[in-house]
Formats: sequence, structure tokens, C-alpha cells
Amino acid sequence: MARNVNFDLSHPLMEAGLESPADEEGVHDSFQQLIAEHTDDGAESSALELQQLQSDLDEESRDNIPLCGPEHEHRRQGASDLECDGGEREMDQIQGEGWSSDTLKILSSMPSRTIGRNRGAIISQYCNKTLKLRRRRQTRPSIRDFSPSSRPSIRSYGMEGDTTDAEVSKRERLVNNLQNLPVSDRVRMLRGMPLSVAEKKEIRNLVMQKEKRILSNKKLSCYSQLKYYIIIAARKSWYSWLSFLHSLEPWQTLLKRVSGRFGTGVLSYFLFLKTLVFFNVFLFLVTGAFLVLPQAVHPPDEATETRSFSGLELLTGAGSFSHTVMYYGYYTNYTLPRRSRGEGRGQNASALSSDSQQFSYNMPLAYFFTIGMAFFITCIILVYSMSKTFGRSFRINKSHSILTMKTFSSWDFKVIKKKSVQIMSENICTQLKELLAELTQKNTKSTFCKRFCRQMVHGVAWTICIASTTGCMAGVYYFSEFIHKDLQQNYRKFEGNPLMKEARLLSLPTVVSLINLLLPALFNLVAWMEIYESPSVFAYVAIGRNLMLKTSMLGVLCFHWLGRVAPEYESIGLTCWESFVGEELYRFLLMDFIFTLLDTLFGELLWRLFSEKVLKRRRKPVFDIARNVLDLIYGQTLAWLGVLFSPLLPAVQILKLFLVFYIKMSSVMMNCQAPRKPYRASQMTTIFITLLCIPSLLGASVCVTYTMWSITPSTSCGPFRGLSTMFKAGKHWMEILEKDNPNLSVLSKAHTYFVENPFFLFVGAGIFLIVIYFHSQVVDGQRKIISLLQDQIQNEGEDKKFLINRLQSVHKQKQDAGKRLKSQDSTC
Amino acid sequence: MGTTASQLSKESLSEYQELTFLTKQEILLAHKRFTELLEKHEKDQIDARVSMGKIITLPELKSNPFKERICQVFSTSEQKDGSLTFEDFLDLLSAFSDSATLEIKSHYAFRIFDFDDDGTLDCADLEKLVNCLTGETNDAKLSSTEMKQLISNILEESDIDKDGTVNLSEFQHVISRSPDFVSSFKIVL
Repeated sequence: MARNVNFDLSHPLMEAGLESPADEEGVHDSFQQLIAEHTDDGAESSALELQQLQSDLDEESRDNIPLCGPEHEHRRQGASDLECDGGEREMDQIQGEGWSSDTLKILSSMPSRTIGRNRGAIISQYCNKTLKLRRRRQTRPSIRDFSPSSRPSIRSYGMEGDTTDAEVSKRERLVNNLQNLPVSDRVRMLRGMPLSVAEKKEIRNLVMQKEKRILSNKKLSCYSQLKYYIIIAARKSWYSWLSFLHSLEPWQTLLKRVSGRFGTGVLSYFLFLKTLVFFNVFLFLVTGAFLVLPQAVHPPDEATETRSFSGLELLTGAGSFSHTVMYYGYYTNYTLPRRSRGEGRGQNASALSSDSQQFSYNMPLAYFFTIGMAFFITCIILVYSMSKTFGRSFRINKSHSILTMKTFSSWDFKVIKKKSVQIMSENICTQLKELLAELTQKNTKSTFCKRFCRQMVHGVAWTICIASTTGCMAGVYYFSEFIHKDLQQNYRKFEGNPLMKEARLLSLPTVVSLINLLLPALFNLVAWMEIYESPSVFAYVAIGRNLMLKTSMLGVLCFHWLGRVAPEYESIGLTCWESFVGEELYRFLLMDFIFTLLDTLFGELLWRLFSEKVLKRRRKPVFDIARNVLDLIYGQTLAWLGVLFSPLLPAVQILKLFLVFYIKMSSVMMNCQAPRKPYRASQMTTIFITLLCIPSLLGASVCVTYTMWSITPSTSCGPFRGLSTMFKAGKHWMEILEKDNPNLSVLSKAHTYFVENPFFLFVGAGIFLIVIYFHSQVVDGQRKIISLLQDQIQNEGEDKKFLINRLQSVHKQKQDAGKRLKSQDSTC
Repeated sequence: MGTTASQLSKESLSEYQELTFLTKQEILLAHKRFTELLEKHEKDQIDARVSMGKIITLPELKSNPFKERICQVFSTSEQKDGSLTFEDFLDLLSAFSDSATLEIKSHYAFRIFDFDDDGTLDCADLEKLVNCLTGETNDAKLSSTEMKQLISNILEESDIDKDGTVNLSEFQHVISRSPDFVSSFKIVL
């Protein structure tokens, strides 16, 4: 263990609180071995050291640290100004070579080194942390807790009340600090301490004992005792609630198997799927509770044509499904339950609310507000999770330490299978070699010709992609127009099966899904001929092209439905265009699912068999994470678009996601291997959540808002029949409220001025932008502070080296003096 | 307090829930897996230890190149033989769990990577680390020039006080800027 070195400077250091823990109750004291070797008290060992030092002194070119060569040059230049008198030898790195045993002891007990391995140091560090936390919390006890004979000045109670006896060990101070913190902070601190469970248990018991002692000394009123027990009970129930939530998480074993074989990248796809399931469950619960259930319990009075169930309904969503609670058309436009048959159209709550009813449920209002609230809450949850993942994955000052971060954080501990571990090691080796090669070749710039060629190839590739996307957009547009005209001409003729007519409607979804499947493959082919600077740029470009395709498809479809079908629905023989659009979306979802199945079958299973048997490759195909996640986002956008027109669509989406999960899981296990290129899981997850929020949810909300704001609902079905827009239902209700209750006119005035006035939105957006600007300035300032602090730490490091060298020279002088005395004695 | 009796007492369970980042189910599962590793006569012993040789047969650790270091870091035995009691095992799982803080994870990662246990990562530690990462087969190793270059680059990027080693604070500083660390430093039973 570290003996007390007789060094004058040590004492003031101790007083200043910078002590290194002298009595190390170290869990790891393996440095002891090194120290034991060197402190044999034999003159031979010190003689050896002396010789080594001497030989080091002689060589001017210090090459005794072969591995860390380049830094040495840097040191020489920096050290020249700090050279001491007497031609001292120059600064050197603090390595364990050639130092005396005392110096080694001091080095080993420096706080910066002991904190990484020593229990006493950790306790002392956490003692300081808890002290700081206490200062921040400033928990002052109430006067009632003090006995009358306590110290007179309560105002100065605080940290000064602690005993400052130097003999009180750090651990007792830690216990004292913990005891004075509020309970939640205490639990958090205890959990966050990097000590073993046994030690934490001891500390916790000491804290509890102290607390019990203090509590038993005071006479607690009934009220505070009750409060205490309630708090304990609340905490226990909170823990059991957390465990219950944790046990509800589905698919844990399967996810573990996937991560054990493929690592974090492929796991992120399945976690994203799980997130989507939760969003849809939330949507389903909201619409189910507020829309489906009330309407199902009180079915509408109008006689509906009931058709028998034939299997085709599952595919087309129409037929016997079309007049059920699944679609918009089923919902009534009056308040439930309907007691008297009113005039029919546009009957509102006013006539009925005057009756004495126990239960009245205004259906149009409920529909409007439920959909609005569902979207709003989903938006908030998504924006919140987006900002959290942003905070985690994009940090300031990130650019420089790629190699270090790769070395320290690239090992994925979740991977269990031996083969996958081997693949991962190979990957890491390749990546490290590539990064090193890049660093050494940074200076070679490619010639102008080469760069020009590369840009040309990029241009050609982008032209192909954009042209094909535009071509497909035009194709889908004309095809949809063709179908529209076809329906216009044919709806009068009652030829053929009505089921066949509906089956013909499956053509548009099939075409769109086919395009969504084939075109990304084309993009991949095109990308093969391009050369990118880094694999991440390649990934981003692929995602960008795919996204462009999908948004354009959805844009054309939305235009077709809202711009063509909705205004002209009577010309194609529909009574209820919203139900029709809902059915269309159901068909699209279904086709998307069928094509995912086909893609898994052909893309993964057959391709693996093909490449193994025919191409004789040893490696299985790679699971394309980005493309699959974009498919999921596309499906979710369809579900969000369709909630307004078909409140049960989230349930369909949940079912579809469950099936997709199991299919993809089995396919991945059988047919694929982990990606060979480095996959930055957390950055990609951030991008995908952002894509889910901004194009997907935002686009769906814009469509839904446009529908509610400007499109005329159908006149003979649905909860908004007869109104000029769906939004009017809300306004109507406000007017009714105002009429009934003049006090609430404030609310309606607020509604007119804030919600309908665009000026308010401008002001709000302006304030938002100003806040963002301030935050970015704060971040800039923090960057500057970080670089200043780095310089300061560097200077402190120089100080440290200087002191160690002085220590070493003092020891050497003592040794020399001792040797001289001994040699004098021996000669006499 | 004995914890390897066949059943965990309710009190110990709630205590462990408070002191570690594990949920109740995870603690119970850990208890089950730990008692499977014990001999029959040890099952009722208080504070029984499982040797390192047995711990590294767990499927979650079997192929991990850092398995011996992990056992040694979390072991509280006096003989430094890497044997674990149940509480050490819980410590291990807690540090590698989903809800552990970045600070705990980086602290234990540092200790695992510190092969010579001297409180800093010097050139020898870094070399051993890179060899563990790239595997033991000859063609997957880095050549000695590449290794030297890599280590000097790492020290240049992360050694702020320029003393030739990476201490805990510098390590934590680097790790805090790496977003993938938290998700990759996980082991689930």
C-alpha cells in the first residue's frame, strides 16, 4: 500500500481536500505487485533503476517509448520553455519505466488514476457529488423537528452543521449526505454509484439506521407518520407498476435471439416495428372507445342493405363490410341515443338536450374531436421521442474522434453466436484498417478529371432516378383517371357481379405496390455504378431516393381521392365518398402486406437459394434495413391517412404489423446475415423517427386537415352530412354553447381570434424561431468553453509532468548522496 | 445477507430493485440462472461463489472476448480469481442492463478495458483491447505499423492532458460523444 512519502508538498495538498485516499481499501490493488517488485529494499533494485536512469540521461534522443513516437516530438517543442535550471532532462511522458518506487507510488495514488479502480476514491467522489446535490436542494428542516435545546441559530443550519472532524471517514460523510437528501435523489445516487451491491447495501443500511434513530428520537405527529407510510406505499406500488409494464413487453425472447445473431442494426428494425405497434394500439383504443363502441351499442336506425359475407370482403374491404362500423358511412349525425325521430338531416343536440336524459353523446362532435385529439397526441409523442433521440445521437464537437469512438464503442455485447462474433470482429478489423488508410491518404486529392467523371456519373444516376419516379407518377395518375372514367361509364350498367366490380378496384393498389417494390431495386442497380466517399452517404442517398418515390406516389393518390373522387362522387355512383376512400385505403394496406410477403419470399428466400446453389456464394444475402423501415413508414402513413375515413383501420394495421413481425423474423433467421457495412444504429433510428414524424405524420395531418377544412362531406351518410365542411360541426357546437350559456361567449371569441386568425399563427411561429436561435447561440458558446477547458487541462497535464520530474530528481539526489556515503564508508 | 437460498426473500428482492437497475422479473430470472450454475450442495449456502470457469460457460458470455475481464472486474473475491457471488452477478447484469446510466456503463467499460488494472489505459492496454476486438486469427489482426498508428491516433484524440495514457475522465469524455455506446454495451439474460 502507499506509504507516506516524506515530501513537503503533500501536506498542503491534503488540507486542500485534494488528498488521494491513503488507506486504500481497494478492491483492486494489483498495482501492489508492481510496487512490491520495486520496493524490495534491496540496493540492487535501486541500483538497477539508477543505471537505467543514467542510461536514459545519456541518450539525447529519447526513444524509450516505441509505441508513442509521434507525440514525443510534440512534447519536445512544448517542453523547451519549461526547462529548469541545471540542464534538467526534458519532459517525458509519464510512463512506468525508469521511475523510482516512490515516484511510482505517488503516480499510482494520484486521484485521476485511482478513481478508475479504487473503492475509496469512488466513495470520496460521490461524497463530493452528494454534497453538491445537497447544496442545490437546500433541504432545510422545519423548526418543529428540532428540540428546544438545539443550537440557537437555525438559519445557519446547513452544511456547517455537519461535523468537520477530520477523523470522520469519507464513508460516514457520504452516509450523512445521503441521509439529508430527499428520498428520490438518494435512491438515484445509490443506484448510480459504481460500487458493488454488497457495499451499497451496507451504505444503505447505515443510512436507514440513522434515519430510524432520528425518527424515533422525534415525536412524530400522526399526520407526518401517515405521510411517511403513504410515501413508502406509493414507492412500492410504483415499482410493481414498472415491473408489470416491463412484463407486458411483447416478443422479448425473439428480440434477444435476433440481437444475439445480428447485432444492434437489425434489432433496430424490429424495435421500430414495435414502436409502430404501440402507436397503432393507442389510436385503436382512442377511436374504439370514443367512436366505435358508442356507435356499435346504438346502431343507426336507417335500414341498411345487408349483404352476405363472401371471402372477397377480406381483400376488397367492401361488400358486407361497407355498411358496418368499419367505415365512416355507418356513423350517425345525431346525438345518441335517439329518442325521437327528428327532421332527419342536421339534427343537433339542442332539441334533445333539453330532455332529461342520463346519457347523451353527440356523434359528429365526438368524431371530429376524437380524430383531432388522436392526431394531436400522436404528434406530441412523436416530436418528444424525436427530440430525445436527437439529443442522444447528435452531439457538439463530434467530428474529431472517429477512430477512438470506433475502438471504444464498436463492440456489440449483445451478439452471442460464435459465428456472428467472428463476423463482427472481421468487420471491425476491416473498418479500422479502412479508417487508418483514409487518414494516411488524406492529402492525396484526386485529379480534376476523376472528380468530374464522378460528378457526371452521379448526375446521370440522379437523372435516371428522377425520370423513373416522374414516369411512374404520371403512369399512376393516368391509370387512376382511366379507372375513374371507367367507373363513370360503367356504374349505370348492372352487368356482372357487384363483387367483380369491386375486384376490379384492386388494380390500382396492385400497380402502386408493384412500383414500390420494383423501383427501389432499380435505384440499387443504378447506385452500383456510382462511387461514394463514405458508406453513410450511400445509405442517405438510397433513403432519399426511396423516400422521394413513396411521397410522390402518396401525393398522386391523395390528389386523386381528394381532388377527383370527393367532388365528383355522384358521377361514379357513390352515395358515400368517404367510405369509398376508406375502402381504398384498406385495399392499399392489404396489397402492401401481400407484396411484403412476396418480397420476403422472392427477395430473401429464393435469392438465398439461388446464390447458394447457382452462384455458389458462401455468404447469405444481407437484410436491407433501410428499405424495410421505409416500407413500414409507408404503411403507417396509409393507416394515418385512413383513420378519418375508417376508424377501425388501426386494428387492421396492428394485425398486419404482427404478421409482418413474425414473417420477417423467420425470414431473417433463415435467410440473411448481418450487414457487412458499418451501420450506425442510433443515427439511423433518429433519422427514421424523424421521417416518421415529418413527411409521414405531417403529410397525413395536412391531408386530414384539408379534408376537414375544405371538402364537402357527402350529403347522405356519415356524421357530417348536410354541413358544408366537417369543421362546421365544431363551430356549430360553439354557437349552440354560446346560445345556451352566455358566459361561455369568451370561449367562442377566443376561438375566433386565435384559431381562425392567421396572424396569431405567424406570431407563434416567430417566437418559436427566436427561441431556436437563442438555443443555437448557447450551443456555440458552449463549444468555445469546451475548447478553453481542453487547453486548461493540457496545461495542468504539463504541471503534473513537471512535478513528477522534480520528485524524481529529488529522489535521485538522495540516492546519489546515499551511494556516495556508502562508497566512502566502503573505501575507508 | 444470504441470497442463494432457493428462494429470494421479498425484502432482498425489493432491496435489489432499489440498488440496481434491474426490474423484478430480471432479478428473478438472474436468480434462476445463477442457481443453475451452483452445485447441489451449494444451493442452500449463503453467499456461494461460482468460479469464473463456470460463469464463462453462460451462452451470453461464451463467445465474448472480454469474458474473463468482465468476471474479474465484477468479482469481489479476495483471491482475485474472478469468482462471482449472486450479488456480483446482479452487479454485472445491472451495469449491462437497459436502464443503466451512461456514467455507470462508461465506468465499468473503462475497468474492463484496463487490462493491467492500473487505473489508466496505456499503450499496452490499448493494444490488448484492439487485439480482442479484431479477433485472434492471424489474417484479421492489424499489422504492427497499423497498430502503432492506431494507438498514437487514439492517444492524440482522447488524451487531453497529454500524459500518454487515457484516464477515466478522458475515457468518459470520449464515450459521452459516442451515441452507439449505450445501445451496444448491453447484455440481456
